[in-house]
Amino acid sequence: MLKLDNIHVYYGAIHALKGISFEVNKGEIVTLIGSNGAGKTTCLKTISGLLQPKEGTLTFHDKDLTTISAPKIVASGISHVPEGRRIFANMTVSENLDLGAYLRKDKEGIKEDLEMVYGLFPRLKERRRQIAGTLSGGEQQMLAMGRALMSRPELLLLDEPSMGLAPILVKQIFEIIQTINSQGTTVLLVEQNARMALSIANRAYVLETGKIVLSGNAKELMQSEEIKKAYLGG
Amino acid sequence: MGSVEFAAQQLINGLSLGSIYALIALGYTMVYGIIQLINFAHGDIMMVGAFIGWFCTTVLKMAFLPALIISMTITAILGMLIERIAYKPLRKSTRLAALITAIGMSFFLEYGGILVVGPQTRTFPDVFPQTLYNVGGVTFKYGDIVIILTTVVLMTILQFVIKYTRIGKAMRAVSFDKDASALMGINVDNTISATFAIGSSLAAAAGVLMGVYFNTINPLMGIMPGLKAFIAAVLGGIGIIPGAMLGGIAMGLIESIVSGLGFSTWRDAVAFLILIIVLIVKPTGLLGKNIREKV
Ligand SMILES: Nc1ncnc2c1ncn2[C@@H]1O[C@H](COP(=O)(O)OP(=O)(O)OP(=O)(O)O)[C@@H](O)[C@H]1O
Ligand SMILES: [Mg+2]
Repeated sequence: MLKLDNIHVYYGAIHALKGISFEVNKGEIVTLIGSNGAGKTTCLKTISGLLQPKEGTLTFHDKDLTTISAPKIVASGISHVPEGRRIFANMTVSENLDLGAYLRKDKEGIKEDLEMVYGLFPRLKERRRQIAGTLSGGEQQMLAMGRALMSRPELLLLDEPSMGLAPILVKQIFEIIQTINSQGTTVLLVEQNARMALSIANRAYVLETGKIVLSGNAKELMQSEEIKKAYLGG
Repeated sequence: MGSVEFAAQQLINGLSLGSIYALIALGYTMVYGIIQLINFAHGDIMMVGAFIGWFCTTVLKMAFLPALIISMTITAILGMLIERIAYKPLRKSTRLAALITAIGMSFFLEYGGILVVGPQTRTFPDVFPQTLYNVGGVTFKYGDIVIILTTVVLMTILQFVIKYTRIGKAMRAVSFDKDASALMGINVDNTISATFAIGSSLAAAAGVLMGVYFNTINPLMGIMPGLKAFIAAVLGGIGIIPGAMLGGIAMGLIESIVSGLGFSTWRDAVAFLILIIVLIVKPTGLLGKNIREKV
């Protein structure tokens, strides 16, 4: 459903993505792993329209999204949980969730999805009137994910949801990602925590300095010597 | 006049003047909040609003309310145009470049204004009855009541818009984080335009009120109130909407007390003294927080 073909992205003179091609199929969890500065965030920002590729094409359901702006990409069914969460810290939890549904007009559907999000993250429901900036790191991650789900996306882009969280919370967040996926949302997951990411993904791509160097079935990659050495700590 | 009457009198004068400052300060603070630009042309936008109000009441013989609404509408469009033409192309440049452009825009409106309408001062017609009310030794004009009422109504509408409407939520989101807002589906450019429109229309209201209250207008009338409203916005905490309201009112009260005590030649100096004190003691302003959000 999502297809990147030979995508090149630059920051001024810095060539951050050097011809990336990959695909995400409906219903999958695909993970993009790689070390610091490999270009993972750049790749997600390009998909969600925050960055424009200089070369290459980006298609979603055979629709060309290459030069489409971020708000229109949300409208077409892709939702991005950015690195560092980027919640609206000055607003309440429920205002953040409302903003996630900014483009929607179906009041009933929004209400249903709000219940769905509160079902996934009961902590958010308890704190719906709390100012988002005062939430703990884990709660903020939940809020960022809940907010993205409020647009009822077909494809959810997650940028390092485990960043800065205690192991037990990481486990919980990954279980929720699996739940979201089993309810019909396709997931593209960017992670540094390769072990966790590979354990829940169907397929994986490995990014190194702006290029995809390896790809394949997640379970198989987990067994590969190269991956073990570079990303799973031996 | 006893000291209680004196205090009450200064309160009335100060509230009227402060309402005008507050209306202008709101535009400064909203624009700063959303694109971190001190729009130095904002006082001149108020002047344009005053002239439109003058034209409506004098030439077209309109009543106060329709003149106010027309002035606010046209000035809102002017504000959006200024943003699109002068500021938007510079959004990715340094803040200094944008600031200098704003100062240039200010001169453009002032001297463009002189070119179009001439440098002379014009008098507003008597839109309101000139009755003076006297309650327990305190006199106030019909105009005082209109200014204070109009300001309260506009601020209430503004608070409602910001808190509950779709555009208001978008404005708060964009002020906080533009990329994250775009990821919600918010059109950032249109939201910035709307902010300029609202800020400019409030300035226009201030301009019309100033015209009917002080009776005279001229193309350079925006400079001093613009500067003082800017100080008011800094005093309240730039970027914070209730801060602009509070700062404006405080500024008006201080000025009227200084004048009432017989130091009216000092009142402009006092305004700048306040700016210096705020910048030294609490640069984030009365309502500013010193803590940053958790990241
Ligand atoms: N705004 C920017 N301006 C210039 N260079 C940038 C910018 N953002 C990223 N880069 C560069 O692009 C490259 C890819 O960065 P990116 O943030 O995509 O990496 P990443 O894989 O997400 O890393 P991490 O795991 O640390 O988040 C890096 O070399 C980085 O320095
Ligand atoms: Mg990253």
